[in-house]
Amino acid sequence: MIGGLFIYNHKGEVLISRVYRDDIGNRRNAVDAFRVNVIHARQQVRSPVTNIARTSFFHVKRSNIWLAAVTKQNVNAAMVFEFLYKMCDVMAAYFGKISEENIKNNFVLIYELLDEILDFGYPQNSETGALKTFITQQGIKSQHQTKEEQSQITSQVTGQIGWRREGIKYRRNELFLDVLESVNLLMSPQGQVLSAHVSGRVVMKSYLSGMPECKFGMNDKIVIEKQGKGTADETGKSGKQSIAIDDCTFHQCVRLSKFDSERSISFIPPDGEFELMRYRTTKDIILPFRVIPLVREVGRTKLEVKVVIKSNFKPSLLAQKIEVRIPTPLNTSGVQVICMKGKAKYKASENAIVWKIKRMAGMKESQISAEIELLPTNDKKKWARPPISMNFEVPFAPSGLKVRYLKVFEPKLNYSDHDVIKWVRYIGRSGIYETRC
Amino acid sequence: MQTDNLELKKLVYLYLMNYAKSQPDMAIMAVNTFVKDCEDPNPLIRALAVRTMGCIRVDKITEYLCEPLRKCLKDEDPYVRKTAAVCVAKLHDINAQLVEDQGFLDTLKDLISDSNPMVVANAVAALSEIAESHPSSNLLDLNPQSINKLLTALNECTEWGQIFILDCLASYMPKDDREAQSICERVTPRLSHANSAVVLSAVKVLMKFMEMLSKDLDYYGTLLKKLAPPLVTLLSAEPELQYVALRNINLIVQKRPEILKHEMKVFFVKYNDPIYVKLEKLDIMIRLASQANIAQVLAELKEYATEVDVDFVRKAVRAIGRCAIKVEQSAERCVSTLLDLIQTKVNYVVQEAIVVIKDIFRKYPNKYESVIATLCENLDSLDEPEARAAMIWIVGEYAERIDNADELLESFLEGFHDESTQVQLQLLTAIVKLFLKKPTETQELVQQVLSLATQDSDNPDLRDRGYIYWRLLSTDPVAAKEVVLAEKPLISEETDLIEPTLLDELICYIGTLASVYHKPPSAFVEGSRGVVHKSLPPRTGSSESAESPEAAPTGAPPGEQPAVIPAQGDLLGDLLNLDLGPPVTGPPLTAAPVQMGAVDLLGGGLDSLMGDEAEGMGGTNFAAPPAGTMPANLGAPIGGGLGDLFDLTSGVGSLSGSYVAPKAVWLPAMKAKGLEISGTFTRQVGSISMDLLLTNKALQVMSDFAIQFNRNSFGLAPAAPLQVHAPLSPNQTVEISLPLNTVGSVMKMDPLNNLQVAVKNNIDVFYFSTLYPLHILFVEDGKMERQMFLATWKDIPNENEAQFQIKDCPLNAEAVSSKLQASNIFTIAKRNVEGQDMLYQSLKLTNSIWVLAELRVQPGNPNLTVRLLAAPPRSLAHSLAHSLAHTHTDTHTPTHTHTHTHTHTHTREGRLQHQEEEILCSKSPCPLEGPRRHPRPPSPASSRAGAAVGA
Repeated sequence: MIGGLFIYNHKGEVLISRVYRDDIGNRRNAVDAFRVNVIHARQQVRSPVTNIARTSFFHVKRSNIWLAAVTKQNVNAAMVFEFLYKMCDVMAAYFGKISEENIKNNFVLIYELLDEILDFGYPQNSETGALKTFITQQGIKSQHQTKEEQSQITSQVTGQIGWRREGIKYRRNELFLDVLESVNLLMSPQGQVLSAHVSGRVVMKSYLSGMPECKFGMNDKIVIEKQGKGTADETGKSGKQSIAIDDCTFHQCVRLSKFDSERSISFIPPDGEFELMRYRTTKDIILPFRVIPLVREVGRTKLEVKVVIKSNFKPSLLAQKIEVRIPTPLNTSGVQVICMKGKAKYKASENAIVWKIKRMAGMKESQISAEIELLPTNDKKKWARPPISMNFEVPFAPSGLKVRYLKVFEPKLNYSDHDVIKWVRYIGRSGIYETRC
Repeated sequence: MQTDNLELKKLVYLYLMNYAKSQPDMAIMAVNTFVKDCEDPNPLIRALAVRTMGCIRVDKITEYLCEPLRKCLKDEDPYVRKTAAVCVAKLHDINAQLVEDQGFLDTLKDLISDSNPMVVANAVAALSEIAESHPSSNLLDLNPQSINKLLTALNECTEWGQIFILDCLASYMPKDDREAQSICERVTPRLSHANSAVVLSAVKVLMKFMEMLSKDLDYYGTLLKKLAPPLVTLLSAEPELQYVALRNINLIVQKRPEILKHEMKVFFVKYNDPIYVKLEKLDIMIRLASQANIAQVLAELKEYATEVDVDFVRKAVRAIGRCAIKVEQSAERCVSTLLDLIQTKVNYVVQEAIVVIKDIFRKYPNKYESVIATLCENLDSLDEPEARAAMIWIVGEYAERIDNADELLESFLEGFHDESTQVQLQLLTAIVKLFLKKPTETQELVQQVLSLATQDSDNPDLRDRGYIYWRLLSTDPVAAKEVVLAEKPLISEETDLIEPTLLDELICYIGTLASVYHKPPSAFVEGSRGVVHKSLPPRTGSSESAESPEAAPTGAPPGEQPAVIPAQGDLLGDLLNLDLGPPVTGPPLTAAPVQMGAVDLLGGGLDSLMGDEAEGMGGTNFAAPPAGTMPANLGAPIGGGLGDLFDLTSGVGSLSGSYVAPKAVWLPAMKAKGLEISGTFTRQVGSISMDLLLTNKALQVMSDFAIQFNRNSFGLAPAAPLQVHAPLSPNQTVEISLPLNTVGSVMKMDPLNNLQVAVKNNIDVFYFSTLYPLHILFVEDGKMERQMFLATWKDIPNENEAQFQIKDCPLNAEAVSSKLQASNIFTIAKRNVEGQDMLYQSLKLTNSIWVLAELRVQPGNPNLTVRLLAAPPRSLAHSLAHSLAHTHTDTHTPTHTHTHTHTHTHTREGRLQHQEEEILCSKSPCPLEGPRRHPRPPSPASSRAGAAVGA
């Protein structure tokens, strides 16, 4: 299990160090070993797990801050990384961005958290919702709590439904569903799709009273085909709209065994915002944009680049925040750009031409052409030609996912499914959306 | 400390934890407060106190801890109980004895049935940890009831708790396939959990229990299908987790390639992936490459070869070569891709390409020589030893097709002493090859290189190889040609697979550090933890027949124990160990008298068998020791064996197989901590087996059995691992038949039929030695032709003869003959001389030594007189040359990421190569990175070489 946890700043100075196990030996040695071998190492990080003198270091980096877990045993490596991410989430939930300053301002809080969420190297309940009930930045006065409150805290921390406390009340029962997708594409210069997938998340913000039982439904092919068995007509109709989900994972509130047997998603949601599910699809993806690159080398000192983008969705919808990044060789001396729409600029520091378009409707086309002057070099190595990448945001789900229902049942309190105000929103963003040139 | 402010209290406690060790006396003053806090009405404070107390590692304090801890373990509040459960593990770490004496372990076990899932999870975690340091104790005592409780808790507890429980489940061994299936069914829903560690731990449980399911089962197929999507999803996690997942997928793909065979695309490298993710993806791409997807893979690899990161580019180029070797149909495409890459003239790309092209030549000899011209153009740009060595090998190997081969090699020779050993060795071999192919023009060159290698070099490896060539060339150029230009065994892609036993062990460690490092925990964990070897459950009987061919490409055929390469001192190596001492003055070409240092290895009766033959070898003088007295050495064991054959007390010998002695106790329970082994050897229809009876006379369960033989006279070795299907509970006996073969390494034992055996179980390793009856080595085709028999009989010198009597055997000639035939001793002829029956018989040993016998049966006399003559298979010289010819390897490029088989040789050269390789591996920057190499399969030639020595 985890033997110790260190947090370093970018210089390699230790900000937080908490040792859980004696076997990692001298704390200073371990702290120094990581600094010397990883943080101050000359080359790029070659592995997130480093073994130095039979001690293993796991690290993740958040902006300038290094979080390192240390162990001497054969621990569950996946668990350690999951824990480090969780640790970051928890810290972010308490004091926002993880920065050196924020960490320094919250020493006491962090040590308190580390004491609570990791015991003898074993991760304990790390749900922010639960933690916030008894670890606060204001400091908690034990005498102010009644006995009921205390036992409520402990039962929540250890209980079956560790993510929600009892007795929540809202005047207006309301919930928001966001379907956030990122489309990933790798396309060959000839326009052949090398790989494409959508990784999506369903984020729910719930303001519901009591302990509501929720049931979530979407146009999952398997479910629809199961239901559609009765009427063949319906199957034909809905079959078109349903999507094949390759795989999905759920927040721990979802009853997995029920999903496995009936493929129904039922849960008691945490209060506030949480990520209900993540999913991945690879079939029938609507690719919102198509990038057509054309690169021509004119002699040794000149390149001509022409890039066409085409939007491929309903004309009534508008894509936003479109950005096309065309990489240029390292020995570029000057660039002339002409674009039909938006603004384009050559950014020497990033070795790229960045072309930005604020809005673009569906089924449109736009193009940019650039002349790149090169400095003659005697470098034999050819330019690697990194792919052209693209960023955008569209108001639909490229996977085709649709929310069919979200039913809320709260038998103890007197509000019904109809009384809950529900909002659904779809956002498709670009993930790694690249076209080779 | 007595403050009511919880925050302040926590800080004070934290201070105590950190400084208690340096000031133990001060820490004791805090004990009272701890004890008081453990009774505080606020459960948070009670838990805080018990949690902190466990972290104070001061002996005096731990005594005071026991009482509060006992109370807290039974506390009404689950939060306190779950904290107390972990505290037991803490206390055990400080003072294990105390925990046992105080009975905390039993309380902890009770907590597994607790109503609160988190308490259960922590109790499981604590128990698993304690059990790890007591591998023999039956602490976790998993049975179907407790497993059921765990599975129920699994649905309810936190993500971390689920990990603890799944990791614990993975160490359980279901009693049959039905139980395994029902556990799998309840674990599969975890594959949809958002926490990657939960997913990986669930995968571990499934991969392990799948081993017990029959492949014919519908469920088996369903399970395979269910495993793929979650594994792919892991690749959309953060990069660090992706890395962990990829390292695990690498193992899973090797174990069960069918799971991800259609998912090639997800392993395509993204431009922004961190380098460690890229390198791992590349590795998996090659493992998944097949005829169906090779075009796509090659297109990708070519793309990667133009990237920036040098390591990545190199690996991509290498990957192209591996694809060529793996997918035969793609070889041509791969070669042309490599040629394209060479045209880029990027230095490291060119060098890497040449190294892999050499491997392609090894796999497809005489197929792509057309590219040699292009390669030669780049000769000047090669500056890395590996690439130079590869290029030189190619020139040497195809010397006859390269017009200016001698000029090329000569140009390398100029700076001979500045080259690395690898290049020097290669150059030496290449020039000798060239000489053998074009003797007229290159005489001078070969003289030059031989003198450079032998006289001017300090490197013993180089010198030895130089002398071997020198001697070969000077004594018998024909033999030299046979040896040096012998056909080389083809290489295969299996070299970089993880050795199957290690793979199986690593599968049991999915998700953990061991699976990230691809090393067993014992390689990086200190102390007692992790020493317990985990192994996959044995396959159930029903599925054995269903071992479908699709499983075969995974690696070595299942059940075949990978041959252990003798790192040093194998026999032929020693035979060639010419004791040359300091370079002899004067031209060594005139065959200076050489002491054959190895002769005494064949000592005793064996060299007397060989003595005459050896003298006939070339012009070399052997200091042949005086012919030993044969009957004393050889007669005894054989006589003993024959005595057994005639053993009448065991009733009529069965006709189906040879005589089987009753089982004898080999390893008494006293000597082996309660494990008693008795056994015997049998030979049935050509296969030898060792029938074992394992009895557990100890009080604890035994498991994880394994067996290994020391080298022995006839190269007996287990043909399969020792399969003990279930742990052996006390007073249980299990009968096992272990198939043997004779392809193991050979060393003369005294007595000749002595066999030293090591048996391992979860408790310890035990050694014993036993004598095997020689007749198990008598092969079925031991019947000699009459003419042959006569000729051989005359040829065998007198020294090879032994005579003795078998007493009290009142059988007639027919009975004797049929009885012996059952044991593969064949009667060639029968004669009646002066009322005595003379039987002439022949038998052949597994190492091709013929033994001829004359058996005299006198009616009325219960004694039999036996005359034995032993005939070695061929002359020593011949067999030596022969074995060399078949095992000779020309090239060797040790790399720690990628090594191709160069056969497992018994020659001295082979030995040196292994050493080189070891040295190189130890020099590699991070020894943990590289996967353990698959031991090379023994080539048929090596077993022949072994046999020759066995004589």
